[in-house]
Formats: sequence, structure tokens, C-alpha cells
Amino acid sequence: MVTVTAALVAIGLVTLRYLAAADPTGVAQAQSSLPAHSVPSASRGAVVVELCDGVTHTEVKGLKPGQQMTRAQALAVTGQLMAEWRRKHPDRHWVLAQNDQASPSASSPENPARGNIAGPGETANTKSQQGDTYASFHERDFKVWQAQTDAFVNYGNQVFHSAKLLGSTIGVSCDMCHPNAANTHPETYPKYQEQLQRVALLRDMIDWCIENPIKGKTLDPNDPKMRALEAYILAQRKGVALDYGKH
Amino acid sequence: MAARHKSVETRFYEDRDRVLRALRNCDRRTFLKLSAATMGAVMAKGLVPPHTFQLIEVANAAVDKNWGTHGAQGSAPFRFAYISDAHLYERTLNQRFIRAIVKAVDDVNALDPQPDFVLYGGDLAQLGSPGQLETGRQILGNLKAPVKMMVGEHDWFLDLGEKWQELFGPPTYSFDWKGVHVVVLQSVYEKDFWTARKMTPAERMQTVAGLDNAVQSRFEVGDAQREWLKNDLAKVSKSTPLLIFSHSPLYKYYRPWNFWTEDAEQVQAILKQHEKVTVIHGHTHQMLFNQIGNISFYGMLSTAWPWPYAPEGLPKLTVQMNRADPFDQFDGCGDGEFTARTDQLVDTVYNLWDRNPVTVRADYLVSGGKVDRPPAPQFASY
Ligand code: HEC
Repeated sequence: MVTVTAALVAIGLVTLRYLAAADPTGVAQAQSSLPAHSVPSASRGAVVVELCDGVTHTEVKGLKPGQQMTRAQALAVTGQLMAEWRRKHPDRHWVLAQNDQASPSASSPENPARGNIAGPGETANTKSQQGDTYASFHERDFKVWQAQTDAFVNYGNQVFHSAKLLGSTIGVSCDMCHPNAANTHPETYPKYQEQLQRVALLRDMIDWCIENPIKGKTLDPNDPKMRALEAYILAQRKGVALDYGKH
Repeated sequence: MAARHKSVETRFYEDRDRVLRALRNCDRRTFLKLSAATMGAVMAKGLVPPHTFQLIEVANAAVDKNWGTHGAQGSAPFRFAYISDAHLYERTLNQRFIRAIVKAVDDVNALDPQPDFVLYGGDLAQLGSPGQLETGRQILGNLKAPVKMMVGEHDWFLDLGEKWQELFGPPTYSFDWKGVHVVVLQSVYEKDFWTARKMTPAERMQTVAGLDNAVQSRFEVGDAQREWLKNDLAKVSKSTPLLIFSHSPLYKYYRPWNFWTEDAEQVQAILKQHEKVTVIHGHTHQMLFNQIGNISFYGMLSTAWPWPYAPEGLPKLTVQMNRADPFDQFDGCGDGEFTARTDQLVDTVYNLWDRNPVTVRADYLVSGGKVDRPPAPQFASY
């Protein structure tokens, strides 16, 4: 089973790399659909509960779709799922992060700043003392992820600077008034906007600006362009402290 | 959101239409009721009434009373107005920016007495096309006072100034006005970044039009024009006050956005040999002032949109204007006036639409900020 999991992770990485190569524009990253975890269908009158690993699952007999489990039932089901996971991964050390005093984590002498995450140039498996999935990624994985994120932000950059991509009917783009996204203040959301008579999210403000100075059509929250605009705007404020509600 | 919320602009026009419709056939009693109601609404919102020029007159009165206290030194006081940075597209594409410059023209035409002249501060067009420049010329043609034109980078980089010069003449010139020597410069030349990149004229224009487009070069007055300036000023006595107009600020504020003139120090070296120098510039779309040695600098407002204060480099003496309301097209925009005083200093009034006008007295700048500090903003940039 361990080998199967490793193979799955490997396939995942191959797919990511393929995407990185095939999506230099970041447009695919801006798409909103996420891969679904497909679970076997339950026998009549039961519900299937799955673990976050995308593999392990169990059927709760007698629980009808839409029904709540009792607290005792829920504890039994999660206990059973975790036991199954431990059985499949006898070498993994499951850390209860908050109170596992025994685990040598965050400030171990070899790796003071980064805790158990393998950094660039380190071979994760030799340094990681917890054997968890995340720590088993390599420097090039981080690079791939960064490239993906940069491509996504870059697509947002293009939308932000293009009257055409924004669908402006009057030739106006965001950068005309917000060079480098200055004065968009994404770190201040959510905040009450008197003029909208509601607490607004960043995307509500983006929509407002698309509708008004840009004179275009508002975007669905899951529209790739909206996602990319959010990504670009947030990326320009890297390092600025979150400060929701600020005016 | 689209259905439930209307823009300030839309609501304004709807309100106005409603009032106008009602006015068309109402008796005197109803009329009084209506006008009281509209005044009430205006005051409740804390807005400046539609006649913003009334408030300007109050501001000027404060300046006027000073004219007597300084001894005349050969120059007579005079007033001039400005309109700047309208960034026009043609009417068929974009009414928003047209509406804004027309509003500025109305403001200036309503000044009584009229200013001696109106300086147009550059960036009449958004992308330098003949249609955009002609549209602007037609609108500015409605001004009652004589107009002096200055060129901006948005007017220049499609055809390197060909159409603009055909319409308005040379971009660099000087004249004398009531004892003051006035110079208008072309400060937005850029070193050739387009030939090597094989850009079309339209691509070159689009690149320059992007404030945060790092591909372009920095603005400069250039060797030839600095020579011209030296020669021009050689004919003027050192005690004659200078009034210099440039589109970009003739100092270094923020390089990435070209809030900057590459050869600023060299130009300043020429100017500072004269006793009283005022430089007035466009391009930055914000309340902005600075003092370097004996040179006072004022930035002009745009009619089209306000620009954020740059993340660094803001001159210490600048008092920021409040951040703009994104729900109000006109907020943070406006036009303004300058008064050349008998003591050869220049005061300015920032006529910010939908806000109280702000007067910046020259004394504030020349005292290094010790006197006459303009009111601080409640919402500064961050
Ligand atoms: C014509 C000018 C103009 C254009 C074009 C424009 N905006 Fe704005 N926007 C403003 C102004 C002015 C403000 C208020 C700035 C401030 O708070 O200092 C603002 C505010 C915002 C804010 C809220 C900032 C805050 O402090 O809460 C966001 C977000 C925003 N704009 C996003 C956009 C996006 C995205 C676009 C393009 C779709 C855009 N804007 C286009 C002028 C413009």
C-alpha cells in the first residue's frame, strides 16, 4: 500500500509538471474547477465518509443521506478511519501538533527556522524526522509550485492592465488609476463599504470597479479573470499585515 | 450588486433629471420647496454646492488682502487658472473623461473676474490620436480666457508630437507677462526604447501610457532644450521672477512611475540662478508641493482621475489630499488657480471637486513649512 501511495504522489507530480509546462500563461491556474475525490457509492441507506488522503473511506451503516451522526457515532467513524490509515502507514508518525511534546519539530537545532519542511537543497527524506507527506517534497517541487503561482499572478497582471480582457466598453483598465495595484488595499477586506451598504469582500470592490470606472460586466466570483485579478492584487501587497475593516 | 447599487454618478443624474422635470411646470411655492430640498440634501451630505467657484472667491479674498502688505517690485499681481491631464478618448468611446474636462471648462468660465490666461497642463489625449487631440482642442476652445498649451507624454508618443504641434505650435516657448518671465517646456522626451524592440507607433504609445510599464525610458528635458533654456534666460535679469511650466515634476519623486525628470538637477541648476522661481507641473494627478532651494514646485490636479501617492519619495512639505472616494467619479479630481503676488511668489488654489478647495500659500513653502500649513488629511495614503 505504501508503494501505491508513493506512485499516486508521483503521478500527481508528473501532472503538475506537465501543467507547468503547458500553462505558461497561468490561465489554467485561474480556472476554478478542482479535482473531485471519487468515492465508491454506498449501499442503499448508507453514507460513505472519506479521509483527506483521497483514498481511505468507510461506510456508515444505517445513516441516511442528509442525516446527522450523533457525537458518539462520529467519534467511532473517525476513529475507524484513522485506525485504517495507521494500519496502511505503519512507518508514519501521526503528530497531534498542538500537544505532542515528544516530536522534535519546529525548533530542532538542525532546522531552526523551517521546522520540518525540507528547504531548497535539502533531501527531504534524510532531514525530515516525521515522515509526513509534505516534508517528502523536494526543492524542485517548491520551484514548480512557485512557477505555477507566478504564472497565475501574471495572468492577473495582464487582465488588470487590459481594457480588452476586462471587457471595458470605454477603453479603461485598472492600472490607469492603480499603477502596480497601488491603493487597492486588499489587506483591509472584509470591510464595510458605506456606498454598497454592506460588508464587502475584495471581489465585491473589484466588481464595483469593473462596473463603474471600467464600464464592463461584473464577473462571477469563480470567473478565471476574477480569480486572477484577486491573485495579482494580493501578490502586490506581499508582506503587508492583514488589517480587515480598515478605512 | 449591479441591480441593487447605483453609482453616485447615475444617482446624481437621476436626481438632477427628477428636479429638472419637476421644475419645468411648477408654481413658485413648489419651486421654493424644491430648491430648499435640494439645498438641504447638499448640505446634509456635507458637499460643496454646485457653484464651487463661490468658495474659490473666498479663498482668493484671503490672498487678496495680502497684496497690499508686500511692496511692489515691478511686477503686477495676476491670476491664472489651469486645467490638466484630461486623458481624452473620442466622444463615441468614452463620455466619462469628456464630462470631466467640460466640467473644468465650466468652472473656469464661471470665474469672475476672468483669469489672465488658462494653462493646459498636458495629456489632453489618452493615446495621442488626431481624433483625441482634436476633441480636446474643440472643448478647450470654449474657454473665454486665452489658453496656453503644454504637451504631455500621452499627446506625444504616437507620432512624436506631429499632430500636437500642427494643432498647438511648438511645445517649448516663453513669454513675458506683467513683469514675470514665463517658460513652457517639453519635459517628457524619452530615450529611444522602441526601435530596438521593433515597436509600432501604437505599441510605443501604449507602453508610455502605462505608468507602471517598466519598459519605457525616464522623462528628460534633454541637452538641446536645456541649451535653449540657458539662452532664453540669459536675456532675463536675475531679479525677474520665473514661472516655469513642465509636464513632469522637475525633480525626482518616484522613478518607477516617471514621477521624475532624469536631468532634473541640471535644469534646477539653470533655474536657481534666478531669485524667485516657481515650477508648475502636471502628470502626478494629486496635491503635491515641494521646495528645493529657492525653487517652489506645485503639482496640478487631473480632471480624469487621481493617482495614488507613490510608495516612497514624497516631498516632505507635501500635505496629502484625502484618499479619493472610488464611488464618485469627480472626487480627488479638479482644476485650480494660481495667483502671482506682488512679492513675486505664487499661491495656488486646488479646486477639488465635491470637496472644500485647498489654498497653498507660497509662504508655506518658502518658510520650509513653518507657517500657513494647509489642513492635514483625515485619510492619508497607506
Ligand atoms: C478611473 C479610475 C479608476 C479605475 C479605472 C479603477 N479604479 Fe479602483 N479605485 C479608484 C479610486 C480613486 C479608489 C479609491 C482609492 C483610495 O482609497 O485611495 C479606488 C479603489 C479601489 C479599491 C478599494 C481600495 C480600498 O482602499 O478599499 C479596489 C479594490 C479597487 N479600486 C480595484 C480596482 C480594480 C480591480 C480596477 C479594475 C477593474 C479598478 N479599481 C479600476 C479609481 C479607479
